[in-house]
Amino acid sequence: MSEQTPPPPRPVAPLTRRSFLFKLGIGMNVVAASLIAVPVVGFVLSAAFSRKAYQAWIPLGKIDDFPEGQTRLATYRNPFTRPWDGFTANLPCWVRRIEGEQFQVFAINCAHLGCPVRWFPESGLFMCPCHGGVYYEDGSHASGPPPRGLFEYEYKVKKGALMVKGGEVPTLSESV
Amino acid sequence: MSMKTIGQWFDARLHLAQLFEATAGHKIPASSASWWYVFGSATLTCFILQLATGVCLALVYVPSPDQAYQTLEYLNYEQPAGWFLRALHYWGSNFMVTLMTIHMIQVFMFGAYKYPRELTWVMGCILFLGTLGAAFTGQVMRFDQDAYWGLGIGVSIMGRVPLLGQEMVHGLIGGPILSAEALSRFFSLHVFVIPGLLIAVIGVHLRLVLTKGINDYPVAGKGVDPATYDQEYEELLEREGIRFFPDGIDKDVLFTSFVLLAIFLCAILLGPKGPNGPADPTFIHTAPRPDFFFLSLFAVLALLPPYMETSVILYVLPLFVVALFLIPFIAGTGEKHWSKRPGAAAGVILTMTSLITLAWLGTYSPWSPHMNAWSGVPTPPAMVKGLSPLQLQGAALVQSKQCRNCHSLDGLGGQRGPDLTNVATRLTENQLIRQILQGDGNMPAYGDHLKPYEVTALVSFLSARHPANQPAARNSAVPASRIP
Repeated sequence: MSEQTPPPPRPVAPLTRRSFLFKLGIGMNVVAASLIAVPVVGFVLSAAFSRKAYQAWIPLGKIDDFPEGQTRLATYRNPFTRPWDGFTANLPCWVRRIEGEQFQVFAINCAHLGCPVRWFPESGLFMCPCHGGVYYEDGSHASGPPPRGLFEYEYKVKKGALMVKGGEVPTLSESV
Repeated sequence: MSMKTIGQWFDARLHLAQLFEATAGHKIPASSASWWYVFGSATLTCFILQLATGVCLALVYVPSPDQAYQTLEYLNYEQPAGWFLRALHYWGSNFMVTLMTIHMIQVFMFGAYKYPRELTWVMGCILFLGTLGAAFTGQVMRFDQDAYWGLGIGVSIMGRVPLLGQEMVHGLIGGPILSAEALSRFFSLHVFVIPGLLIAVIGVHLRLVLTKGINDYPVAGKGVDPATYDQEYEELLEREGIRFFPDGIDKDVLFTSFVLLAIFLCAILLGPKGPNGPADPTFIHTAPRPDFFFLSLFAVLALLPPYMETSVILYVLPLFVVALFLIPFIAGTGEKHWSKRPGAAAGVILTMTSLITLAWLGTYSPWSPHMNAWSGVPTPPAMVKGLSPLQLQGAALVQSKQCRNCHSLDGLGGQRGPDLTNVATRLTENQLIRQILQGDGNMPAYGDHLKPYEVTALVSFLSARHPANQPAARNSAVPASRIP
């Protein structure tokens, strides 16, 4: 009476040759697809997760080209380029020679959204044409939306030449 | 063999008549064959035009930074009808975005997203995002200064993402700087990935129109009840259904021809856009502006208070998009007619008024310094007439110290700061001096860049800037008799 009938076993489809081959086929497709997909995904994401440090010393010219007390535009060829980059690999930056071998080198990109800032020596200000960010001559934030001052390159003077460390577009998560 | 026999031979094999009957011949409510229902098919027409013209442009265009600009110039000036193809593609995109937006508003106002058409709305939202994606990537294809710096804005936004910012920047532009791989990536998105996605999702979108039927014209007071809706819709089709083809398609066909004619006229009369100067980053005398679809976003980025900017871009805007997708799951039943949904109507009016106002502001961006005003915009002659030498010096300094880049005189000049025409009625001499030397609000401090005599000259010019019949502001601590 209290005997419990065991639940009826779930019907198991008999393993036929066809269903075996089908399952084998699925399994092999998964293997093949993974073998193909891993390099494809790697290809697409390689740029994002490249561990390569995009930093190199770049010569900007003789320090005598930059008069003391002035801020001038300098351009350089980015050290990491493709042969078909054209002039997009020619990048500008603002060089301020304070005195002697004391410099400040600013990225052209506004810290707000990356537009090119322009130097106005008469008023000693950098102004951005996009959203009106303004910076003082030392790169510090003067007014407008930028959350910080201008991005500044590390620099050194070697045998009378000014070198800066760069190679990457500056953003808030990676400043020069 | 007659044409008919040949046709029958093919149909016996392809069963096209049957397919046509089941799709184009499907029944729609007679009320839905309305002028309000023409925008979806018009958007689709634009998309087909974009595909056709896009394929043609790709015959010449080279997606490489060292040649893209040349190939665009070649299209404009050498390739027969190249300029016209570029113009068609450009104006087609403008019409596509506009018609899609109108279609979306119409669908929303007519409650067409409600049960059982939730998925149709969701697919439409994907098409909306995909189309904007095509518009943005298309703007990059026009590899000029606007495109280059517009892409730079995208990069800067990516750079604000916490933790993964740098990876996302590199993933987006395919390397450390905006150059060859960035353009190739956007080309691939623009011509393969996004159109492919759009074609697939349009398929689902149209399939859903067939399976769930086109929305019946809403009647005030008659809401959607999922328990009875399907049967009522069936009965409506029985009672007053007409076949989409040939009975309900007339307005779509006519409107489509208007749209195509309008695109043709815009293209032939107004021509293609740009390219506006090659994407040479060393040429910094540029003031990049996005195409009209993104002008409102451009304006938002200028007008948001800096402290909330990153959170609004990264979290609030995506939430708006999520909310768009969720509309049918929040308000999927009940009243359809707009007259019974004042909240929905107010939402549309508010959204569109905001977007249009922002876009309009974006076109002349009053928040940007007017970069050439100091050297290019004249001082109004009436303002310098009869001035003392000291005041004239001040007037010259307003120009040479770039004050005009942000401040206008008589409405001419930058609009970032207040107009200085009547500044003396608002600020006393002392306040002017303090404001100039220390800056305040949005104004930089000029203390380091003005000599004392320059400040004196500037202030003497500015404190004369009041109308003849309105005295200058004065410090209440100074007796009026001592005011010069």
